[in-house]
Amino acid sequence: MVLVSFETFMQQLANGISIGSLYALIAIGYTMVYGILRLINFAHGDIFMMAAYFMIFSMVSFRLPWYVSIIIVIAFTVLLGVIIEKVAYRPLRNAPRMSIMISAIGVSFLLENLATYLFTGVPKGFPDIAFLTKAIRIGNISLTVATLLTPIITIILLYVVLFITNKTKIGMAMRASSVDFETARLMGININRVISTTFIIGSGLAAIGAVLWGSKYPSIYPLVGVMPGLKCFIAAVLGGIGNTTGAVLGGFILGMAEIMLVTFLPALTGYRDAIAFVILIVVLLVKPTGLLGEKVTDKV
Amino acid sequence: MLEIKNLQVNYGGISAVKGITLSVPEKSIVTLIGANGAGKSTTLRTIAGLVKPRSGEITFLGENIIGMDTINIVAKGITLVPEGRRVFANLTVLENLKIGAYLQKDNIDDDILRVYDLFPRLKERSWQLAGTLSGGEQQMLAVGRALMAKPKLIMMDEPSLGLAPLIVNDIFDIIKEINKSGTTILLIEQNANKALKVADYGYVLETGNIKMEGKGLDLLQDERVKDAYLGTTKK
Repeated sequence: MVLVSFETFMQQLANGISIGSLYALIAIGYTMVYGILRLINFAHGDIFMMAAYFMIFSMVSFRLPWYVSIIIVIAFTVLLGVIIEKVAYRPLRNAPRMSIMISAIGVSFLLENLATYLFTGVPKGFPDIAFLTKAIRIGNISLTVATLLTPIITIILLYVVLFITNKTKIGMAMRASSVDFETARLMGININRVISTTFIIGSGLAAIGAVLWGSKYPSIYPLVGVMPGLKCFIAAVLGGIGNTTGAVLGGFILGMAEIMLVTFLPALTGYRDAIAFVILIVVLLVKPTGLLGEKVTDKV
Repeated sequence: MLEIKNLQVNYGGISAVKGITLSVPEKSIVTLIGANGAGKSTTLRTIAGLVKPRSGEITFLGENIIGMDTINIVAKGITLVPEGRRVFANLTVLENLKIGAYLQKDNIDDDILRVYDLFPRLKERSWQLAGTLSGGEQQMLAVGRALMAKPKLIMMDEPSLGLAPLIVNDIFDIIKEINKSGTTILLIEQNANKALKVADYGYVLETGNIKMEGKGLDLLQDERVKDAYLGTTKK
């Protein structure tokens, strides 16, 4: 344990909140898909990786301005997410749950290897979005705009997602489908459309997360989504998988735990990635339903 | 209104329905009675498009509905109140009603009021989560939810199952009331006595075959039906 100055602490606090909110954005995708399909979408981290590559191509190869690129990246990532669901998950809708999970792992490997084949394993630099990487000083603390903006964007998007699920017709259909597919169908709900919507939202958030991530860690390679993917999955479990607010909370806690470990126990910096897994093990042992997890009720 | 001819359905590899023929005339109450495993639920689930039949015909208002998707069958005016109620426990009572009207394009406020008139208890509990309701209230909600789709034919799968005797009477009263307002009803029951009393016509199903059929009150008097389903002691 080391003592740190107030400035360092504040600096790291901001970093923790920022990285935590990034985790939160990606974790929402895991939790929403799980909520409806009871599937851990192992390809989610790789969808995030593809989004980062889309951004590189849009800005570097096609020289489009960042604000146009972001829209293109969101569109392509959403398309990718919806296609993956259609091709790899939908045909297995009535198969045992293990089959669809194996399919998800397969998609994950496919995307990672496809990216290696297409873009090579050499890391590519993420394009600099001057507006996001600009440093601003508050007292003795120096932060980038991205660091400050990420939590704000996350909170806004959380509200949007909560609004959709709680106040709109499709959101009501999503909540109904999450407990009972068959009865939802009897109401005239198009389950395929509900599931597609879930993938649209999750992939869209992953795309936004990828742009913010790239502005923070501007080195993109085909396996860049693996570790964030796993961590965000853990964040979703920590918050209570299936619960959107829980996913965001889990993301914040995880990001903060990581940064605080590095700040106060610099000797353990090498274990930065391990803390997520320690948290996972503790959650599974102590409270498997997570912080805000739904009670497990048996379907009748 | 609904005509079924020689319907055969396999369920999990075994043949659950072995060629039944029945008809549900408009504005009537028709009941299907029989023991567990007789194929009653499978028949309803097949009509609703949840299960695909092996062979046979199902026509609704003259139109073949076999192979049609459940969504389209609901849109045609058939709804199913599923066995075990299956209300959406994580949605409020009001949301459950709203979701019953998922395919309705017009304003549904009047329909909600109509359901609340029929079931004042639901109005009191409008903002409660459906999972917190009692069994009887959940059954009322399941029926109310089905009514929200403005069905021409409403199918009910064991609406009295697991309910207290007084509530069972309420449910049957409501079935009669719904029918009086012009909705055709296809009712499945293990409570044969009650079901035959309200029904215009009844079919007795046994291991996938129709064993007997007739007017509700006639079946109620039939010795074989009495012995097998009404629990009257042999003299």
